[in-house]
Amino acid sequence: MSPILEIRNVTKKFGGLTANNDISFDVAPGEILSVIGPNGAGKSTLFKQIAGFEKPTTGEVRFKGERISGLAPHRVARLGVVRTFQETTIFRSMTVRENVIVSHHLRSRASLLGYFLGTATARADEAEFARSADEIIDFLGLGAIRDELASNLPQGHLRALGMAIGLATQPQVILLDEPFAGMNHDETMRMVALVRRLRDERGVTVLLVEHDMPAVMKISDRIVCINFGEKIAEGSPAEIQANPRVIEAYLGSEDAAIGM
Amino acid sequence: MQNQPHAAPLAAGKGLTMPKMLGVAAFLAFVFAAVPMFIAATGRWDFYYTLTSVALLSIGAAGVWLTFYIGRINIGQGAYALAGGYVSAVLITQAGVSFWLTLPLAGLFCALISVLIGLPILRLRGVYFAMVTLVLTEVARLTALALPVTNGAKGITSIPLPGGVSVFGITLIPDFATLQNPRQAFYFAAIGLMILVYVILWRIVNSRLGHLCRSLQQNEELSASIGVNTAWLRIMAYAISSFFGGVAGAMFVSISQSIYPSSFVVQDSVNFMLYCFLGGLGYVFGPMLGTLLLYFGWDLLSVAGKYQLLIYSGAMITLMLVLPNGVLSLFDRKGGGK
Ligand SMILES: Nc1ncnc2c1ncn2[C@@H]1O[C@H](COP(=O)(O)OP(=O)(O)OP(=O)(O)O)[C@@H](O)[C@H]1O
Ligand SMILES: [Mg+2]
Repeated sequence: MSPILEIRNVTKKFGGLTANNDISFDVAPGEILSVIGPNGAGKSTLFKQIAGFEKPTTGEVRFKGERISGLAPHRVARLGVVRTFQETTIFRSMTVRENVIVSHHLRSRASLLGYFLGTATARADEAEFARSADEIIDFLGLGAIRDELASNLPQGHLRALGMAIGLATQPQVILLDEPFAGMNHDETMRMVALVRRLRDERGVTVLLVEHDMPAVMKISDRIVCINFGEKIAEGSPAEIQANPRVIEAYLGSEDAAIGM
Repeated sequence: MQNQPHAAPLAAGKGLTMPKMLGVAAFLAFVFAAVPMFIAATGRWDFYYTLTSVALLSIGAAGVWLTFYIGRINIGQGAYALAGGYVSAVLITQAGVSFWLTLPLAGLFCALISVLIGLPILRLRGVYFAMVTLVLTEVARLTALALPVTNGAKGITSIPLPGGVSVFGITLIPDFATLQNPRQAFYFAAIGLMILVYVILWRIVNSRLGHLCRSLQQNEELSASIGVNTAWLRIMAYAISSFFGGVAGAMFVSISQSIYPSSFVVQDSVNFMLYCFLGGLGYVFGPMLGTLLLYFGWDLLSVAGKYQLLIYSGAMITLMLVLPNGVLSLFDRKGGGK
């Protein structure tokens, strides 16, 4: 099967600092691929370039054969590649449900003027968004807090809400930046199961950055490891765990937990 | 969260409920019946002028409020009021266009230049955007001084009163010059315009368009990642905002029948912003109330003589500290409610 996403020789320089150096790998449709690496390795930078938030200095990212690097984020999202944020990024002064409803923007059939005038298409859209939002909320187990103001939620729920926002755009590829951060063991395992279902039931290709190694090993089909901006290994969880360069990269860092 | 000038819970009303309809009815009865009766009874005809000013200022403030709604502090509405005023004045005096037609044209002109100005500056956030808009009013004044068509410092004077409008021989709007009491006519026109503007604003805020604006205000990056063309939406909101500014300016000019480069100055731009702050950024009708309170508050304080400005500023600061979400937040029991 041809890859859904191709990362081709991506290099990103911030002034004198090379955050990504000539990174290349492919992502197959329906795959769960994790990008791991110590703090500051350049993982988030790579995600930002895939989603259009940063432009590669050189190299490119292709989605279904079409170049997407350098496009504006909303155009990349429109094509079906959507990023969630490392920081818990949500619309704070909206309720959970409002957050998810507003995030259905890409599915709008009515124009903004149509929404202003309240045309039939606009009303149909709104009804559909509300229905779909409730479905996503239930899928992620957020039903009990659907009318809570997002700014009142604890960390674990914020992560789930971030994912709900991503799902509302009906992505083909979703980029999850540290989706399990700030979660306890039980919450993490529940999220792991959810990410699996996301792929199994909705056919979404998942790329994730995560420091929680047990979760990564459990969830990933394949893993790419980067260190100091360079890709140092790529392979199955078992291969990565046994890779001497990966072990070396993690030894002496606080994340010596690889192989657990 | 670098861009949270007002992370207040937004409590713009949802849908028309019974109490709201009653409120609207009471408001209409007040402005169209009670006020004219009161003025006729007391003979305080100058009141019409005051209330007309409040109505027009609150139209400009409505525009500023919409820019706030996408998370931008706009201290440049005076520039658009001035531009709108000149467009109307020039069209009436030099091209003989009907005043009523110049009203939307002034708005459109302002919307157009706001797109050109907004393209570069709407990328800026927080105080940076605010600073640039603050300069705009001064730029507008200097432009009006320099351009031949605006007649420099002498301005444009003796602008005729609005003419009549009739369709198929039926008079929709009488010629203001033939009226016994043009002040009352201006009052009705300004109030009508204000209601129209606030209905539009209310509809924007309560439609999906408004929800998208809120998403922009709360987190632009996330908004982009859910597929919103944030640059375009910002421009749209700013253009509508400037449209309102231009319309308000045009109407002002027709009342004073003259316009000068100093007809709207930086202080006016600052005031537009204060009206919004005071009334409440979370409420569509906030800027209307804010304008009313500030305009009358200032007048009432004139009894304090030389302390007027001191008391006024002190009261403003206190209000902003005590009620950071505006006067209307007093009525918002639930704090984060709808
Ligand atoms: N906009 C920027 N300007 C300058 N330097 C940047 C910028 N963004 C990231 N960097 C630098 O690039 C390097 C990689 O950062 P990045 O956020 O991609 O790391 P990361 O692998 O996601 O780390 P973490 O695990 O801590 O999230 C870091 O040294 C960071 O300081
Ligand atoms: Mg990161």
